[in-house]
Amino acid sequence: MHLVLFLIFALFALAGAVNLLLQKHPINSALSLIVVMASLAVLYLLLGAEFLAMAQIIVYAGAIMVLFTFVVMLLNEGREEKTWGSKTAKTIGLPAVVVLLAVLAATILRAGRHYGMISLSDGVTTIQELSKVLFRDLLLPFELTSVLILIAILGAVALARKDNGEA
Amino acid sequence: MQLWMFVVLSLVKVVVVLVIFLTAVAYTVLLERKLVGRIQNRWGPSRVGPFGLLQPLVDGLKLFLKEDIIPSGVYRPIYLLAPLIALTCSLLSIAVIPFGASMTWHGMRLFEISDLNIGLLVLLCVTSIGVYGIALSGWSSNNKYSLLGSLRASAQMVSYELALGLSLVGVVLRAQSLSLTDIVKVQAVHGIASWNIFGGGQIVAFLIYLMAAYAETNRAPFDLPEAETELTGGYHTEYSSMKFAMFFMAEYGNMITVGCVATLLFLGGWTSPFGDLIPPPQNLFVHALAPLFWFVAKVFCFLFLYIWVRGTLPRFRYDQLMGFGWKFLLPVAMLNIVGTSLVLALL
Repeated sequence: MHLVLFLIFALFALAGAVNLLLQKHPINSALSLIVVMASLAVLYLLLGAEFLAMAQIIVYAGAIMVLFTFVVMLLNEGREEKTWGSKTAKTIGLPAVVVLLAVLAATILRAGRHYGMISLSDGVTTIQELSKVLFRDLLLPFELTSVLILIAILGAVALARKDNGEA
Repeated sequence: MQLWMFVVLSLVKVVVVLVIFLTAVAYTVLLERKLVGRIQNRWGPSRVGPFGLLQPLVDGLKLFLKEDIIPSGVYRPIYLLAPLIALTCSLLSIAVIPFGASMTWHGMRLFEISDLNIGLLVLLCVTSIGVYGIALSGWSSNNKYSLLGSLRASAQMVSYELALGLSLVGVVLRAQSLSLTDIVKVQAVHGIASWNIFGGGQIVAFLIYLMAAYAETNRAPFDLPEAETELTGGYHTEYSSMKFAMFFMAEYGNMITVGCVATLLFLGGWTSPFGDLIPPPQNLFVHALAPLFWFVAKVFCFLFLYIWVRGTLPRFRYDQLMGFGWKFLLPVAMLNIVGTSLVLALL
């Protein structure tokens, strides 16, 4: 049952990602990205990470992608022109992708030996357990990350203001 | 229990709940027309059937038989997709709402489609996806009024979602769970005295939720996305026939969902306001139906309030709306979280 669902939504995610690249209209690409993110959320859910799955949809599909579609809607960009890409991309594109995937897979597999793996039919990690880890064991890194994001927001606001001090 | 039995029973539950929900949507429209009529000193619909009770049927038939016009300048795929997204998101959230006491039959819960650990988060999820229906409909219509309406709607929904989400944190802190069933159980002990809105001390959170929910569903006094005087019809100006009906049903469906959530989170859900003062009935039939009665009665009161507000309050100006959401509701919601946590930690 878990495997069937995994295959279906992994296919959805892949199809959405390919469609994202192939579409010419930016709004279609943005919608494909939403499909990818929603499918990823289902994959997280299959692995028992219920909170992560919902956060994925609320934050990425719900908030960040709304911003993307807003920008596309307001700029009203037309269709892209189709090109055949650069020569460099053609020659080293595929080998580079293969190398990158190999490095990622090797790293993840090695990390798996240290920290253990989860499989599809494992139980659900409840939000109570998750919050114990986040707010007790890993409190300092967690809070530092949130401060980091806050600094990024403030920086963006400071850069976006046109005249210094006023406005 | 076998898989096929689970699937069949789930399908039956989905169909029954959907039929009841859509009927409720139709009759909420009638209720609104009747009540607004009485507020404005006129009768409202009264010709079709006794007291106009068959009006929703005729309205549905009328919308169904109308000519379906697709203007030539629209971006077709998304123009057709947008009403579907809006209606789907509106219908989806009812799946996690428990309506009655947790009675099981062969291990299946009777009064709830699915009981999730994270029911509350799923509701927020569905709300955040629902923005797309409105945003895309306005953009793909290729009409400046539609675009303005949809921009207003999406900006308003994204802004008020924050206040809405934060207002629920106090309730979650008290119940220590995101499951809607658990949240109701915390409020069940002493009847009205242990409801979150009174005994739980969440009255401020309730008022924030109320205002944010009106903005989320684009209803008066925050109905700027479809302000007729400025925008002709807002984001659904270019839609006709069943596509318009889908937006219409989505709006009223959202109203009912918001009413259900308010009932579950603040008004004690399906529990009776008298708590243990009245001993639980021995008759199994009454035992099953009494919670349903309380649930429906509370949702009805909430919808009544919704319509009452629409009939009596004028519309906000857009900058006032945004300022109110960001500069007033959001800080108050945060203060409420701090206050609730302090009280829960110290007591």
